Amino acid sequence: MTRDDIVLEVKDLKTRFKVGKKIVNAVNGATFSLKRGKTLCIVGESGCGKSVTAHSILQLLPPVGYIEGGEVLYTPHTGDRPKSLSSMKRSGRAIRSIRGKEISMIFQDPMSTLNPVYTIGNQIMENLRHHEKISKAEARERIVRLLTELGIPEADRRFDEYPHQFSGGMKQRVMIAIAMICNPNILIADEPTTALDVTIQAQILELMQKMQQEHGTSVILITHNMGIVAEVADDVAVMYMGRVVEFGSLRQIFTNPKHPYTRALMRSVPVLGMDRSQELASIAGSTPDASTVFTGCEFANRCVHATDRCRNHFPEDREVEDGHRVRCFLYEEEMKQ
Amino acid sequence: MSEKKAILTLEHVSKEYTGSAKLFKKAPPSVKAVSDVSFSVNEGETFGIVGESGCGKTTLGKCIVRLHPPTAGKMWYDDDGRKLDLMQLDQDESFRLRQKLQIIFQDPYASLNPMHNILEAFDEPLRVHKLGSREQRREKIAEMLREVNLQPDYMYRYPGEFSGGQRQRICIAKALAMQPRLIVCDEPVSALDVSIQAQIMNLMRRLQRDYKLTYVFIAHDLSVVQYMSDRIAVMYLGKVVEISKSEGLHTDYKHPYTESLLSAVPIPIYGQKQKRIILEGDVPSPLHPPAGCKFHPRCRRCMEVCRHVEPTLRPVGTDGHMVACHLYHEPEEIPPKNE
Repeated sequence: MTRDDIVLEVKDLKTRFKVGKKIVNAVNGATFSLKRGKTLCIVGESGCGKSVTAHSILQLLPPVGYIEGGEVLYTPHTGDRPKSLSSMKRSGRAIRSIRGKEISMIFQDPMSTLNPVYTIGNQIMENLRHHEKISKAEARERIVRLLTELGIPEADRRFDEYPHQFSGGMKQRVMIAIAMICNPNILIADEPTTALDVTIQAQILELMQKMQQEHGTSVILITHNMGIVAEVADDVAVMYMGRVVEFGSLRQIFTNPKHPYTRALMRSVPVLGMDRSQELASIAGSTPDASTVFTGCEFANRCVHATDRCRNHFPEDREVEDGHRVRCFLYEEEMKQ
Repeated sequence: MSEKKAILTLEHVSKEYTGSAKLFKKAPPSVKAVSDVSFSVNEGETFGIVGESGCGKTTLGKCIVRLHPPTAGKMWYDDDGRKLDLMQLDQDESFRLRQKLQIIFQDPYASLNPMHNILEAFDEPLRVHKLGSREQRREKIAEMLREVNLQPDYMYRYPGEFSGGQRQRICIAKALAMQPRLIVCDEPVSALDVSIQAQIMNLMRRLQRDYKLTYVFIAHDLSVVQYMSDRIAVMYLGKVVEISKSEGLHTDYKHPYTESLLSAVPIPIYGQKQKRIILEGDVPSPLHPPAGCKFHPRCRRCMEVCRHVEPTLRPVGTDGHMVACHLYHEPEEIPPKNE
């Protein structure tokens, strides 16, 4: 694999939140890379740090949050020198010229991310006119074209409407329009379909794939739904308690999952048409509190393979196959041979 | 197999919400959240209800336990051989049956009072229904907590000390303590993480076997409903459009809506892409439902008759498979001629 295909590389990212005197390790060593034009899915349960990872890439953290270590490297075009996003000033000019233009984001809840007192068109225009010198008339024309492409009927009329006049699925289309209007290199979608019904979810996923193909965008999709992952991902990063425990291609993760957490996660979801007499494999216990301090593997207390070593030492990130990495002691032996 | 006994039978149940006129405001149009729903639930089975948001599945669940009494129709409950109409009970019977029909809600964070500890929350309904003395009730609560894999001394804790999965277990134990025969489960796992979902679903299935419970299981996730239920009713805009056995549903569906709903579910298996039937547009507002078949504006097999005549739920094939669609039945009434 040549270095050039990678558009975004996250190396051992650590994000902390200072809550009173407590320090919460929201992201505790996330390592993954996004290939140009491909889709990376980050999966994990709530509280595993997948959203915070995404927000850390663009440094969109609340005042109590800060990046303590690691690096986020962004390569705008093949052959460019990578830019370090994590060393940019949080609200400086450099990162602001990237946010919304080169790397943009879609959030989970379209109902609360659109401002109710501005028209839809106005909100899309804000992003466009911030980054590009363009007249209002031209901007309007371009936005209407994009909205039509996104399947919003009568886009010219709806340009002047307010968010409350749009349904959930339509609002999510508007969010995609805001994110896509500047033709970004990377689109980060944080649970874009969780708040939507399945039939609307199918529409939005289809649309996102279409936009990706037409514009050559690289996508980071955050989700907890394994079905969506199987459908859209090229690569998958599985997160647990702030760490990427397993990273690999879709085929590697789905046909040959290594980490006990990934395996358990896969077997715990019911599949349409499965044998009903079978019991679902569940993971005992629940996810520990985010402020827990670990002395060993975070998954050890729920893992069926856990040994004393797991409880007292951190497993290192190992490559078990080409591009397939896992953080687990079980595969140490396998590697030595 | 012995003859299945219906524990609950719904006949043409409707629920209409009407607003009243206020000063400077005229009355809002009425909304038919549930319209003309008929089905029966057999003893010991899990009857699944699936549909998108706003299709009336939660309202229907609340109608069954009479949290929102239906505005029309009949609901027959089989009380050890006696048929009782749940809509025409006297006060004593009504009180007695509340114990037998329990409900578990979607959000375990909102359904426990944060100011009461678990003991108080459990004890109140037991006391009201006079189920045992103080010691017996306490014993019962401890037993129920053990039954859902929680420690009995958790009864002195407050809801704030529990995680979402634990709270949902508490809600299940609380419903179970009343010795119900039927539990309406309104999206009991959708607020939970996947690994916890599996725990709760396994638990609910075990309790059903041990206590011979009947479930009405409401959810929007088709894979979950299919795993949990024996039979499934698919709802769209307040109507039941199809009732089928759950085993065959994913291959032997009839209604075009069921077909597109099934095709929209992403399958978590590598290399198995669904052939999508993407539905155009959104679910219409129940304030202004379309004429004729409610699904016709989004249906790809819409015919002329669908625009005018509403299909009724009628049997198709064997096994109690029912569908409301003109593709399978001749319309009952002659469509009105448009001059």
